[in-house]
Amino acid sequence: MRMVRDFIVKSFSVSVLFAAIASTNAAADGLVISNWDGYMAADALHNFKETTGIESEMVNHATNEEIMGKLIASKGKGYDVVFVSSPFAEVLHQLGLAAEIDHSKIPNLANLYPEANKLPHDPGNTFSVPYTWGTTGLCYREDLVSQTPDSWNDLLKPSAELDGKITMLSTDRWLLAAGFLANGYSVNETDSKKLEQVKDDLIEAKKHLLAYDDTTFYAKLVSGEASLVHAWDGWCNYGIAESTDIKYVVPKEGTDLWVDTMVVMKSSKNIDAAYTFINYLLDAKNHSWAVENILYKVPNKAAMEIVDPSYAIQYPNLAMSPSELTSYEELRDVGKSQRAYSRAVSEIKASQ
Amino acid sequence: MNFKNKMSSVLIAPAFLWLIALMVVPCVMILVLGFFQRGIYGGIEYNFTLENFQLVFDSLYAGIFLSSARIAGTATIIAVFIGYFAAYAIATSPKKWQPTLLFFAVLPFWSNYLIRTYAWIVLLNREGLLVGFSKWLGIDGGIPSILYTESAVILGLVYNYLPFVILSCYAPLARMNPDFREASTDLGASNFTTFRRITLPLSVPGIAAGAVFVFVLSIGNFITPALLGGGRFQMIGNVIYAQFLTANDWPLGAALSMVLIGIMMILLMIQASAAQRSIGQKNKEQLDG
Repeated sequence: MRMVRDFIVKSFSVSVLFAAIASTNAAADGLVISNWDGYMAADALHNFKETTGIESEMVNHATNEEIMGKLIASKGKGYDVVFVSSPFAEVLHQLGLAAEIDHSKIPNLANLYPEANKLPHDPGNTFSVPYTWGTTGLCYREDLVSQTPDSWNDLLKPSAELDGKITMLSTDRWLLAAGFLANGYSVNETDSKKLEQVKDDLIEAKKHLLAYDDTTFYAKLVSGEASLVHAWDGWCNYGIAESTDIKYVVPKEGTDLWVDTMVVMKSSKNIDAAYTFINYLLDAKNHSWAVENILYKVPNKAAMEIVDPSYAIQYPNLAMSPSELTSYEELRDVGKSQRAYSRAVSEIKASQ
Repeated sequence: MNFKNKMSSVLIAPAFLWLIALMVVPCVMILVLGFFQRGIYGGIEYNFTLENFQLVFDSLYAGIFLSSARIAGTATIIAVFIGYFAAYAIATSPKKWQPTLLFFAVLPFWSNYLIRTYAWIVLLNREGLLVGFSKWLGIDGGIPSILYTESAVILGLVYNYLPFVILSCYAPLARMNPDFREASTDLGASNFTTFRRITLPLSVPGIAAGAVFVFVLSIGNFITPALLGGGRFQMIGNVIYAQFLTANDWPLGAALSMVLIGIMMILLMIQASAAQRSIGQKNKEQLDG
């Protein structure tokens, strides 16, 4: 789910295409880990070496699609552990690129909440290990709205005071999910009639939007350019960190559960070292870094318990219980329908 | 082969190899990619198909091509209009000031394109400097913000590519033999007639070069519509970007890029032949003279 932190990185990642076409082969010795920039502690790999003696190297990707392009082109060669969102982990599994996880080699899996072992995309964590999880919802300026938003329709059919003061996520899955949820459909809906209807709803909703924004929506909220934005909970926290008027709500129709996961590549020549690395990150102290620094929830019970309680007070969504979180429908791979999704989004964006 | 020829082929080799390796080969790869199928999970299935090129001409993508051309065309007309008169003003100003004025015209190029574009967001947004300034002047509620509208996209394109027009129009204007204009005036033409019948026709190659630059760079642009259009306006560059980097539909992205490159090549060829013709005309004039 985690997108680019920075549009600049995204814009220039075009050069990545070159690398992908030539199918990158990173260093042969030591672990090669691909992750989003800033998604784990800057000194994590250094400390990992100090603790275990294993060398590792970090490669960054800006989006899921970017690392998927590389992995599909190289059949996974050159990478040992990759961080991807759960629908992409499913694809790696279906393509036979993901290794089967040997639980006996990762004792810290015991730190995870029982709910984190029953995720619909991979019950029993057989090919992926959850790293962070959360929801998508409405992030708003309490002082700029006269009525507390509580429905996806507040976003799609806004009141007059919100006209032109709303942003929506632009990534296919979440943009469509807002429309699916407003209609009471599944976030993984593949029925073409329902998709068509949701597309029309979103074209109508576009007339009231300030912008589509995946990367700076919380800043627009802080500056007051926008009053209500479609946001991932962790990113709304970045706004809350700057203004106490900013609040997050999961709409009454429900939301999606997004999960970012760690996947070990089947082609890895250091598979045991890869398990050791995942085990290291699942250590309560190491995993709690993500909560305290990037303000995301982690599926690690031991880690959540050692986080200073002041975090959950300042960022109430961090306190959401795992059972509530997993009551929402997880985003799944939609296979062949992905092309229809992309096209629907292109039509929405091209509409005037 | 004599020494001079050998020398020139040695000197041209690096540039030639550069072009082959980084221009011709990638373009051929993209072209070939356009004829394959997309795998279900992205990736490429090596089965021949014309489907991607057919899709380019379907109403959705053809429509985006047309609206991109309309936006790029509007930006081109505005940039040529402003740029030509700026170049004319520079070329007719005192000689000693011309280098300084040109320096200021290209100064924005010294900073990064993204930073220049972000600067417009700071200026134009609802809580930004322009709206704030108009409120300070006492306009009730301030002037409406144009950020995230088509006007903002056109403004960004004009602003970023204007220096190209100024430079390309300045060259023929500065080089123009003043005798032509004097002769025209001596023969009784008004200033406007002299401009219309002498100056303007002689600066056509510069205008054409500047216009093609602005149009070609604008129609393929994806950063300006993404930032100043707030993602609400899709130009063909954004669609291609999305096919490669988010939809993972490389074959469709490749087909769209090839059609775009084709349009650009045709425009550049027209411009080159216009320039060629005017050089031919000039030589003929010199011979006649």
